[in-house]
Amino acid sequence: MSGLGNITKKEIRELLTPATFIPIIVIALIFATMGTSLQGMQEQAQEPPIIGVISEDNSSYSAMASTVLHTYAKSVYNSTSTADLQIGLQTVEQHNGVAVVIIPGNFSERITEGQQGTLEVYWIMKGTGLMDSISSSILESLLSFISTNVSKELIKQNSTVNASFVLSPTQRIETTYYKNREFAGLSPNTISGMLTSQSILIPIVMMMIIVMAGSIVITSMALEKENKTLETLLTLPVKRTSIVTGKIIAAAIIGLLLAVIYMIGMQFYFRGFEMSGGVNLAAYGLTLSSTDFIWVGISLFLALIAGLSLCMLLGTFAKNYKSAQTLTFPITMLAMIPMFITMFADFDTLPLPIKILTFAIPFSHPMMASRALLFDDYILVIGGIVYVGLFALVTISIVVWVFKTDRLLTGTMKFKWLKALKRRRF
Amino acid sequence: MSAVEVKNLVKKYGSIDAVKGISFSIDEGEIFGLIGPNGAGKTTALRVMSTLLSINGGSVTILGYDLSKQAPEIRRLISYLPEDAGAYKNLSGRAYLQFIANFFDPKEVPAMVQKGIEITNLGVRIDDRVDTYSKGMMRRLLVGRALMTNPKLAILDEPTSGLDVINAQEIRKLIKSTAQTGTTVLLSSHNMLEVEYLCDRIALIAEGKIVETGKPKALMEKYKARNIEEVFIRTVHE
Repeated sequence: MSGLGNITKKEIRELLTPATFIPIIVIALIFATMGTSLQGMQEQAQEPPIIGVISEDNSSYSAMASTVLHTYAKSVYNSTSTADLQIGLQTVEQHNGVAVVIIPGNFSERITEGQQGTLEVYWIMKGTGLMDSISSSILESLLSFISTNVSKELIKQNSTVNASFVLSPTQRIETTYYKNREFAGLSPNTISGMLTSQSILIPIVMMMIIVMAGSIVITSMALEKENKTLETLLTLPVKRTSIVTGKIIAAAIIGLLLAVIYMIGMQFYFRGFEMSGGVNLAAYGLTLSSTDFIWVGISLFLALIAGLSLCMLLGTFAKNYKSAQTLTFPITMLAMIPMFITMFADFDTLPLPIKILTFAIPFSHPMMASRALLFDDYILVIGGIVYVGLFALVTISIVVWVFKTDRLLTGTMKFKWLKALKRRRF
Repeated sequence: MSAVEVKNLVKKYGSIDAVKGISFSIDEGEIFGLIGPNGAGKTTALRVMSTLLSINGGSVTILGYDLSKQAPEIRRLISYLPEDAGAYKNLSGRAYLQFIANFFDPKEVPAMVQKGIEITNLGVRIDDRVDTYSKGMMRRLLVGRALMTNPKLAILDEPTSGLDVINAQEIRKLIKSTAQTGTTVLLSSHNMLEVEYLCDRIALIAEGKIVETGKPKALMEKYKARNIEEVFIRTVHE
């Protein structure tokens, strides 16, 4: 056998371990499930927006607006009286629609008089994620298209018309309904923008904490084995539970310290985005109380403990520093999956398989907690805390059990099929 | 009273029988050597005694405690020095000894650390980081760590491994003096001279079974051998 072949065979043999392959296979399956579900979600979002139209005006400009809305959107409710607004909203909500558009009786009259025609839009907001705002963005484009069409018509009819009026012949009065709250004067996109820090900053910081603190734990276990200190430690008069929890607490403290440093930097970065909206969150009751901060803290702490106990479990598989690097991959993926999911969509609007997956990953809960608390969704937050607490407890128990067995030192794994395969090939 | 009582000890790694029903006992204050070729089951037997591995059969009693049921009690009384042990590289020698001593009675910690420093005999280097130590210095630190806690039973796997002649001699003297203070010592070694010098009694182990037990002198007479090396070769290979 050539030198190259000999080296290649040896390297493959070393790399062909369950610890290398199983995490990748699991992550691949998770991504496959996510891809299928998100594809369906995207297709659904790109369909014409479902709306209701209440038109009190029958003249030319309102007819133009109605035509645009009926052509490019799917109208499930039509009326000629604003008194029917509540029925319209209920009907649209039942059809999972996005808004009720009111064309008031004086729409055409005002435009003819050289004043902006008003379109009243009552939005039904589904979520604050990027995917959730696709339908409302399409409707916003349609409303702009109506304005453009009116401009064209005005120019066609009268070339001496006021330029600033003709460029913007319509205006919108918007009200958004979201999680049983009314946000007067705000569109869903504005609200999503206001919640940027909850949507992006917290998931990113959480992901960074998990990845950094997780790799500390896994590496610590690997170094205990590589430096041959583990055997000594296990023969000392110290409880296995103390060894496990001591390592987890130390990594959690370091992780939180790193998080604070990251948080400071990221907050400066995101401050620019928040200020640009110029909307005061407190004016709409979108602030967290001190009790809410305690809930977020508990959620974050438990998720960190759960994550680190999972890392400890993975760390028991690590034979040395090199293998520890491979084992941090599944943790990184598990932290990144909920980060992207919570950025793209609200928990409520997720397809069921992704909803289950998101709930099952302990790191999702602190990422969702602050946004959920802003809208008083205590069931999701407390349910998440209970789940993550149980997850941490079970995982720590498993780790302690592993510490009490020979497996930690002998590394015996009963993958008979893999051993048989290796024997056959080499 | 026996410090260690091993009866028909069986230890398996999956389908491999590492230890196949060995029995021996060690008296208090005795230095007992487990001698055998590589892969004979010495280290496995020592790891079992150190509460690191569970047993698949038989029974082990250490200082009156059942190994299978009372491992935490046993850990308070023993000290184990693995053959290829290491220390935390980012700590100084002194900090490492302090870290280990902190697991014991707080009142005894300063005395323990002081004893550890004396045993290691590292001088000013005790305050240097462990990752700057030579192999011999590291071994001395680990021997110091193992003996400073005044264990009732010291389990030493190749205690002089990696040491030069002078350092090895010092460690042997130290083990001998430690036993004279009442500590029972169970050790394994490849060095037959060391075994002859140190051990009150030895057990020769091959392929997971004990093939001979006795005092070195008595075994040499029995096999008409000039030294333990010859006894070892005759019992294991003939």
